[in-house]
Amino acid sequence: MTLLTFLPLSALIVIFALGVILNRHPIRSALCLAVTLFLLAVMFVFLDAHLVAALQIIVYAGAILVLFLFVIMLLNLEADIPQRRRRNLTIAATAAGLVFAGVALRPFLGSDAGLPGVGMSGPVPDTFGTAAAIGQRLFTHFVLPFEVTSVLLLVAVLGAVVLAKKKIG
Amino acid sequence: MIDVSWTVLLPTLLATGTAFAVLLADLAITGPERDGLGWIGIVGLLATAVATANAWGTNATGFAGTVVLDDYAVYFGLLFCLATILTLLISIDYIGTISLKAGGEYYAITLFAAAGMFLMASSNDLIVFFLGLETMSIAAYVLAGIWRPDLRSSEAAMKYFLLGAFATGFLLFGIALLYGAFETTTLGDIAVGVGSSAGLQRTLALGGMALLLVGFGFKVAAVPFHAWAPDVYEGAPTAVTAFMAAGVKAAGFAVFVRIFMHTLAALSVDWSSVLAVLAVLTMTIGNLSALRQSNIKRMLAYSSVSHAGYLLVGMVAADAAGGAAVLYYLLAYVLMNTGAFAVVVAIGKRGEPNELLDDYDGVGLEHPALGLCMTVFMLSLAGIPAFAGFTGKFYLFSAAVQSGYAWLAVVGVLNSVVSMYYYGGVLMRMFMADPTKSVQGTAHRPYLTATLAVTAAGTVMLGILPSWAYELAADAFASLG
Repeated sequence: MTLLTFLPLSALIVIFALGVILNRHPIRSALCLAVTLFLLAVMFVFLDAHLVAALQIIVYAGAILVLFLFVIMLLNLEADIPQRRRRNLTIAATAAGLVFAGVALRPFLGSDAGLPGVGMSGPVPDTFGTAAAIGQRLFTHFVLPFEVTSVLLLVAVLGAVVLAKKKIG
Repeated sequence: MIDVSWTVLLPTLLATGTAFAVLLADLAITGPERDGLGWIGIVGLLATAVATANAWGTNATGFAGTVVLDDYAVYFGLLFCLATILTLLISIDYIGTISLKAGGEYYAITLFAAAGMFLMASSNDLIVFFLGLETMSIAAYVLAGIWRPDLRSSEAAMKYFLLGAFATGFLLFGIALLYGAFETTTLGDIAVGVGSSAGLQRTLALGGMALLLVGFGFKVAAVPFHAWAPDVYEGAPTAVTAFMAAGVKAAGFAVFVRIFMHTLAALSVDWSSVLAVLAVLTMTIGNLSALRQSNIKRMLAYSSVSHAGYLLVGMVAADAAGGAAVLYYLLAYVLMNTGAFAVVVAIGKRGEPNELLDDYDGVGLEHPALGLCMTVFMLSLAGIPAFAGFTGKFYLFSAAVQSGYAWLAVVGVLNSVVSMYYYGGVLMRMFMADPTKSVQGTAHRPYLTATLAVTAAGTVMLGILPSWAYELAADAFASLG
């Protein structure tokens, strides 16, 4: 991935990500999120991670985002969009964010290494990013995290049922 | 290729198995009586504790080095067994008091949270640790909101969930940057890489470290990431609050200490000054806010924030003495804090939670044993000599002094003096004010009585004979290598 593709792509991602949080309308925010997720998938394609790119579109842009839109439409949020911005809160949050960004960026600006991404690209192995390679890794080196995820999901399902079911017997 | 080692996972597996046993037994038991499920949990955790203690000194590793059962993991495993068993004991009486319908799910989710904690303590890999943390956190979000008739409980769950998910984002970004810098998620390999890192690699490592710090700061409720704590602690059912303040916080520190004081030890120059500032803020803001509370659970929430500050003082020392002091203090903290919440449960009764400080007027005169227990816990939390809290703070602050942070120890001692005011205020009300209402106390509540006996005895014993526990903590920290 060269700077020529990275810079415009990442600029677009940042613009649409800002759109998600700055839009007053929930559906517009959700649509901005869809574009952000698609652009991230493009980023993965340029990084030779084709399977991850496909998963990004199928799982995030496809399943999760559609769920968001369903929930927004079911709740019919349009009626009660808050009209008044809390100015003090906005200023305080922006200031805190800038301070954090400053702290986070300081080591990058101060070091002699420059920003990451430049000069880091190199040829990748032929099997890089294929379903076979990822599957191999997932069921050997990462077999424990893979199995633990099932317990995690079980806890989430159990919790969702406890919190949401109408009548607790 | 697959390096499966069941022995390394034994504590996690036993706790998960117990949770499944409770879920299945819940189907078999009909009627409102659910105490037996709590007993299954307690027996399962006792078995887990025995199996974990047996592993002391083995320092086994498995799953290609991503999971370890070193003395450090054993120490925290036993600590989580203690915290969870005490929580279950409180819960059996508490569930009866509030008539919680989802009793079976309550016990199962608590045990799943414990399983997540065991995995966190044993994890030697960023991904394994993250999954353990999420298993514990999701269980904790659900537990906070499990008492659905109370709107505050639902509000607590929602706040905890949203802010927790936000903090998880920071943690994941940190993990991603560390992976980007060293191309591995195994803590041992990262530790080697950090030691020799330079240039861009070091920059990425520092960025990852900063983001991890935000994530851990949230999980242990350090200022300025503490805003969720008072509302969540107040709204959650009291037995769950005890679990969050003791077990969940200890689990956060288990990984916080392992990653910062061991894996990222080479960067200690960079993180110890940041942690020193956080420690001062956490202690001071926690204690000053606790002064103004009228609800005992909010007061204990801010007190819990300030105790995270004391623990950070030990981490700032960034040496073996500091690490051992943090581990020891967590043991003392689990005992005295769970005990204090057990008293809060004992003072409430059906339909009357009695959570205001006004409700404590004269309780010590009506129920002398309960008053005596509360005296032990409050004096210990304030750091009065002859109780566990004092020896713990002594080890923490002396570690800070030896590492050249004498000013930090002074701030810590000043904060302890401030805290005496509000801890003492509770005792003044309990013994010097006239009783205004009758509370249930420990009458007909055998499990709560047992919890109070164990925690009070432990708090006093650690205060008088601290050395054996401190040596265990020192050995455990030394096993990090």
